[in-house]
Amino acid sequence: MTDSTNKSAVDNSRRDFLSKAAVAGTITIAPGVLLHRTAQASASSGSHDGAVSSKNRWGMLIDTSKCANGCTACVDACNEENGLVGNGRPETDTQYIRKVTLKNKATGHETSLPLMCQHCETAPCADVCPTGASFVRADGIALVDKHICIGCRYCMMACPYKARSFVHESVQNQKLTAPRGKGTVESCTMCVTRVDNGGIPACVEACTEDNHNALMFGDLNDANSEISIALRERGGKQLRPDLALNTGVRYQGLNE
Amino acid sequence: MSKIEYTSLEGKSLAYFGLLGGLAFIMLLALVSVFYMEHEGHYVTGMTNQIVWGTPHVFAIFLIVAASGALNVASIASVFRKKIYEPMARLSALLAIALLTGGLIVLLLDLGRPDRLIVAMTYYNFKSIFAWNIILYTGFFAFVGVYLWTMMDHNVYKFKPYAGFSAFVWRLILTTGTGSIFGFLVARSAYDAALMAPMFIIMSFSFGLAIFLLVLMATYKWTGMELGDSVINRLRNLLGVFVASVLYFTAVYHLTNLYATQHHGVEKFLLMEGGVYTAIFWVGEVIIGGLIPLALIYAPGVKNCRKTLGLICTLVIIGGMAKIYTILIAGQAYPLEIFPGYEVSSSFYDGVVNSYTPSLPEIMLGLGGVALTLFIVAFALKVLRFLPTSLADSVVDPHAK
Repeated sequence: MTDSTNKSAVDNSRRDFLSKAAVAGTITIAPGVLLHRTAQASASSGSHDGAVSSKNRWGMLIDTSKCANGCTACVDACNEENGLVGNGRPETDTQYIRKVTLKNKATGHETSLPLMCQHCETAPCADVCPTGASFVRADGIALVDKHICIGCRYCMMACPYKARSFVHESVQNQKLTAPRGKGTVESCTMCVTRVDNGGIPACVEACTEDNHNALMFGDLNDANSEISIALRERGGKQLRPDLALNTGVRYQGLNE
Repeated sequence: MSKIEYTSLEGKSLAYFGLLGGLAFIMLLALVSVFYMEHEGHYVTGMTNQIVWGTPHVFAIFLIVAASGALNVASIASVFRKKIYEPMARLSALLAIALLTGGLIVLLLDLGRPDRLIVAMTYYNFKSIFAWNIILYTGFFAFVGVYLWTMMDHNVYKFKPYAGFSAFVWRLILTTGTGSIFGFLVARSAYDAALMAPMFIIMSFSFGLAIFLLVLMATYKWTGMELGDSVINRLRNLLGVFVASVLYFTAVYHLTNLYATQHHGVEKFLLMEGGVYTAIFWVGEVIIGGLIPLALIYAPGVKNCRKTLGLICTLVIIGGMAKIYTILIAGQAYPLEIFPGYEVSSSFYDGVVNSYTPSLPEIMLGLGGVALTLFIVAFALKVLRFLPTSLADSVVDPHAK
């Protein structure tokens, strides 16, 4: 009997240990699981209207005739919104949006326009990305998952608009809404956090505040949205239409 | 052909350890470069947001392409049943594995996040040719590894033809994949061509054979074992065919572009007005890597001259690097044509030819890949029997002459 008593004592201590370990494990893991779930939920849900879905196709319409030459309000707003601080090295510093000046070779007519990620429906960046870090959300916004981007830069080779930048050095003072990471690729997110909260991209807001009204943001899938009506009435060109990428960003006034 | 005896390097000489030590030192410098680049960020390199792939990629792609071609000799023996190449098949497969390892390491260590290798191995986007390449590279190691095993273990010798054929097919697919990394890039004027895949295959034949010949001649010279003209002259003639084929594919690529008006801009840049890129194309790729080697290969006076053949192989390798440099760097230097018919300017270098200067860390990383390749070969030759004790004419080809 002595033996069996001892045995049960051992069993009890083992049980005790296991149950404590289970509790400790739960306490350790649970917050992580909860955080993961929260993160997943926030990634997949528009805060006001529920999950991101293909019911929306967010897009922009840029009226180049209203875009003022020399004005950089949209660029400044973008830099501020996303915490993009230059390091005095223009060849490696990140630019999500840039002002481009065009001079028609035949007529000499000059046009100014902002150029950024065109948020293609069939995005070459997403096609070529080996890990799937580059992807297009159901609502048409092209993004980079910074957690699985390996920094191969193949997306930069593939982008027809040179819209992407590689983070060439350490980044400080990041914005909570715009995470960045050295060694990964990034580009215009169409201010996805703002859009998910029912807002509009910073560049569009800045252009409107400056009374230029060259940039319009809206839902291309909603026939009654301002952007859809403007496109229907006055048309809008895609850049590199030959590539048939169905871009989310369209331009007016590029025929002169 | 009499039964072939194989041997390993004794590997006890000062010269051998000096070689390993020298290669290890280059690899150490490469690692220091990598640490510097990854710690500081890529701004310390010559690569920018305009030229996103630089010198490390030139080295990596060259080595990866050459890896596939280094398997040539083994393939000719196993798949096309040419007995004279049979004794060299082991070395051929070893070199293929070593070159691929060297190339892949360079590619990996240049990533923005090389620490995420496990991500690259576990997250696959099957629409990406890059993702397919990861599978193709891994498969190449497996196929060529098994092939080597069937060559070196008599218990599985009967499977050698199957293993050889599989490795041959796989390496054709692999280089198709490498070429398609550029062929599938629809956005850039210099790429987006189906010809890239077959051109890369023929490039692999040429570069791989040149490296194989150099390694073969150096090994036999240093070990004092006999290497007959019969083998060497066949390989030399084969190299001539491959060098000419690379020139042919290059000509077809440019002629096709020249026919289409929309490509006149990029062709004018590559062939006439590209400054250093134009010079690298004509002098490096065409003259040094193509015309001079061809002339020397078929020049009657230097037929059996090993030194000349060594020079030819070196020129083919230099020309090969020039060709990859032209494809890779010049292809990116030419501005994207986003607005046809317009003069374009911006703060992000739109509409201008992008400049690129290779930095020392990039070059060191690339050389580190080459050093690793040679280190693997030198080490493997010591531990396993890859080398026929003699490649004299009487051994490999008793009926010659």
